[in-house]
Amino acid sequence: MSGTRYVARATKVAARMIGDEMMIMSGLDSSLFSLNVTASVLWQAADGRTLLADIVDRHICTRFDIGRGVALRDAEEMAEDLARHGILRVSDAPIVDAGTMAKGPG
Amino acid sequence: MREMGAKALRLGIPLGVQLDLTYRCNERCVHCYLDHDDHGEMTTAEIYALLDQLAKAGVFFLTLSGGEIFLRRDLFEIVEHARKLQFSVKLKTNAVMIRRAKAERIAALGVESVQISVYSHRPEAHDAITKLPGSFRRTIEGARLLKAAGVKVSFANVLMKHNADDYPEVKALAQALGADDQVDATITPMMDGDRSILELNVDAAALEQVFRDSSLVGNVEEFCAPPSGPLAEADALDTLPCSAGHTACYVSPYGDVYPCVQFPLACGNVRQTPFGEIWRNSPQLKEVRSITMHDLTGCSTCTHGGSCTRCPGLAYMEGNMRGPSIQDCEKSFARTGVPSSNLLQKKAAAARVAAHAAPNTHPVTWMAVK
Repeated sequence: MSGTRYVARATKVAARMIGDEMMIMSGLDSSLFSLNVTASVLWQAADGRTLLADIVDRHICTRFDIGRGVALRDAEEMAEDLARHGILRVSDAPIVDAGTMAKGPG
Repeated sequence: MREMGAKALRLGIPLGVQLDLTYRCNERCVHCYLDHDDHGEMTTAEIYALLDQLAKAGVFFLTLSGGEIFLRRDLFEIVEHARKLQFSVKLKTNAVMIRRAKAERIAALGVESVQISVYSHRPEAHDAITKLPGSFRRTIEGARLLKAAGVKVSFANVLMKHNADDYPEVKALAQALGADDQVDATITPMMDGDRSILELNVDAAALEQVFRDSSLVGNVEEFCAPPSGPLAEADALDTLPCSAGHTACYVSPYGDVYPCVQFPLACGNVRQTPFGEIWRNSPQLKEVRSITMHDLTGCSTCTHGGSCTRCPGLAYMEGNMRGPSIQDCEKSFARTGVPSSNLLQKKAAAARVAAHAAPNTHPVTWMAVK
């Protein structure tokens, strides 16, 4: 991916921060996922208009003590994994209908 | 899910909230615990504000119920707002008003599931309970349309004298439609305390039959096994009676907050006080949270302690939230054949009353003469 793809939160999910973890329920099969702090940051920043590399630069590298190369590789793996579970969408082009869900106060 | 619940409990988060949008209804079910008048429902704006507060408080599971929710003209606006706030939304409805367009909109909004009340596979029996002619046909059509739109559907079947024998066919009907099916053998008192509808509860023999149906309870031998004895002292101190007021609560159409829909202990009103403040500071909720199994009169030493499904709300409606729920004691008896300590006490008290009552028959005659 090399961070050149766009990521967007899936719309048919439920999500809430419970303590320091993001709980996400897939709308496809009601599976429940718990995202750690880094994955939570990525998921919340996935607005469909920002490149994954930019999310890493703006939200991961600035908050966590991690080099850009490692952060980008981890983020790509994480994005693919979340996409496989249907809670994140990954695309080569901006995802225009991603703005229908609020980030949520949690 | 269990980990999520434990974490919410530790952090004091109300993980699940049932919000009744209205008590108005197009059916008049014989067992319903609500009145159906509008005493001043929250406006759309008030509900939006409440949903914002619920999300901020950490609520994940939001159940929208009633009354019949589709009588609110702003229902879809409310659901849309709830989904924007990323709640897992479940709807409870009789589905009478659901047609194709509504079913498709529910699917598009990403509603987690829709629970539909179905009381019998026989149209005349279902309609006799709802008192709405034609309701069975429309309800099943609504369920079909929801399934066709890709929505998860479950049937909620309340067992009562009218329909006690019908649940296997209701289950079969649900399966044929691709829906889940839940059977509940508890009729609860009216919210105003009127207990007359409890007469609709199925009798002990029917309850025993239900508890011995493996299609409902799974392993019958395990489910109906004799009680394993009271909880150990240390466990009794740690064990909470249920999630009501701990990780769950209920909000009425008028903004009143209660520990649960079956627990009418008023804890505050969101029209006067923000939800988060009520959740954190209500003296009533604090009292509910302070109760452990150890504090329960009779229950703490009852032989059913380890397996009882006592409902604190029913206990409250019987007069004491630290006391027994006799309805649940009766269920434990029907399940295992072993009476609970509270049931034994109740029977002993009734016998004492009967023994004293006999000599009092004559003074009534005397009063009449006087």
